Amino acid sequence: MYPVSYHKPASVDDAVKALSSGEEAMVLAGGQTLIATMKQHLAAPSDLVDIRGIAELSGIKISGDTLSIGAAMTHAEVAASKDVQKHIPALACLAAGIGDPAVRHMGTLGGSVANNDPAADYPAALLALGATVVTNKREIAADDFFTGLFSTDLEDGEIITRVDFDKTEAAGYAKFAQPASLYALVGVFVAKRGGDVRVAITGAGDDGVFRSEALEAALAKDFSEAAAKGAGVSADNLMSDIHGDADYRAHLIRVMAARAVAGAA
Amino acid sequence: MTKVSLTVNGKPVARDVAGGTLLSEFLREDLRLTGTHIGCDTSQCGACVVHVNGKAVKACTTLAASLEGADVTTIEGLANGGLHPMQEAFKEHHGLQCGFCTPGMIMSGVDMVTRYKAEGRELTQEAIRHELEGNICRCTGYHNIVKAVEDAASKM
Repeated sequence: MYPVSYHKPASVDDAVKALSSGEEAMVLAGGQTLIATMKQHLAAPSDLVDIRGIAELSGIKISGDTLSIGAAMTHAEVAASKDVQKHIPALACLAAGIGDPAVRHMGTLGGSVANNDPAADYPAALLALGATVVTNKREIAADDFFTGLFSTDLEDGEIITRVDFDKTEAAGYAKFAQPASLYALVGVFVAKRGGDVRVAITGAGDDGVFRSEALEAALAKDFSEAAAKGAGVSADNLMSDIHGDADYRAHLIRVMAARAVAGAA
Repeated sequence: MTKVSLTVNGKPVARDVAGGTLLSEFLREDLRLTGTHIGCDTSQCGACVVHVNGKAVKACTTLAASLEGADVTTIEGLANGGLHPMQEAFKEHHGLQCGFCTPGMIMSGVDMVTRYKAEGRELTQEAIRHELEGNICRCTGYHNIVKAVEDAASKM
């Protein structure tokens, strides 16, 4: 990789200062994507600002119906958290299925969300659960946060501090992992609150994570596997690549949605 | 350069490292601990797995500069007098062919056994196969690797 200066601030303010001091500074959250990208010269930051030393970004808390997860919490920590398992079991299950064990020990919630990889798992959870991304500057609804491939509403010098998730009546996640990369070829997260059902799809959209109106309408009427399988999911705007074409992904969306409903708790 | 002080295999180490120095490079080139192998260098194959503060990580996707105060264990630090039970089990069950992936397999094996024991979960054959998703053996020797991990789990 190209030469890079490393910083490890102890506070959000110091992190913001470090981010603005470098010519092209980037946040290092877990590095499981960023370091690989830097090795390929696809990213060449002048400075890396490691946010894992900031106490404010750690911890998992429940207050009332809201589960708050610090941005620097690793996938392994989220998966093993009794609070997450109790409050939103589907989220713990999703975290337990990201990458492999060594990746889960390093990769973080904030890093995954800020990177917004079109095949990452967390964006589907945030969108379906209607989560709130909290930064050092403001609160951003998941609906406004994800703005396309590897793109988010985050501004320069803005750092995710935590993500807030409201409790659901039932939620489930199922993914068909691409066997080599373990990223989602298709991942479907369903969340039900009374008559309102939100369904978010990752891995399949040609512009990143998105909500499926067809599945939401079908599941709001009848929250069942049969309804998910029978939903009219269109192949329009889905990705076609070496691993599967748009029609194949449309089919997988229905199958994964049915599995997510079956496992919803 | 960043000054970093850490513990590697129980010994204190202090070095100045460049910001982009990978833990795998640091171990192999600065400390000459070449038991940690670099296979794919893209965090897929797991040949470089070591323990940082008791948890398995891919050394090729970890920056040495980020490890101030950390406790690192490599394959060289596992044996304590005799072989570690995981090493013994890989030998006993022929859990290797060419041996290139073995250091990472063993470090991942120790990590999963430790984790499952701490959580009071049963490490079944299926769980071992699932846990080994991040470790690739190109001699297709998984069957004996799984047997070795299972056997070591009963002795650790």
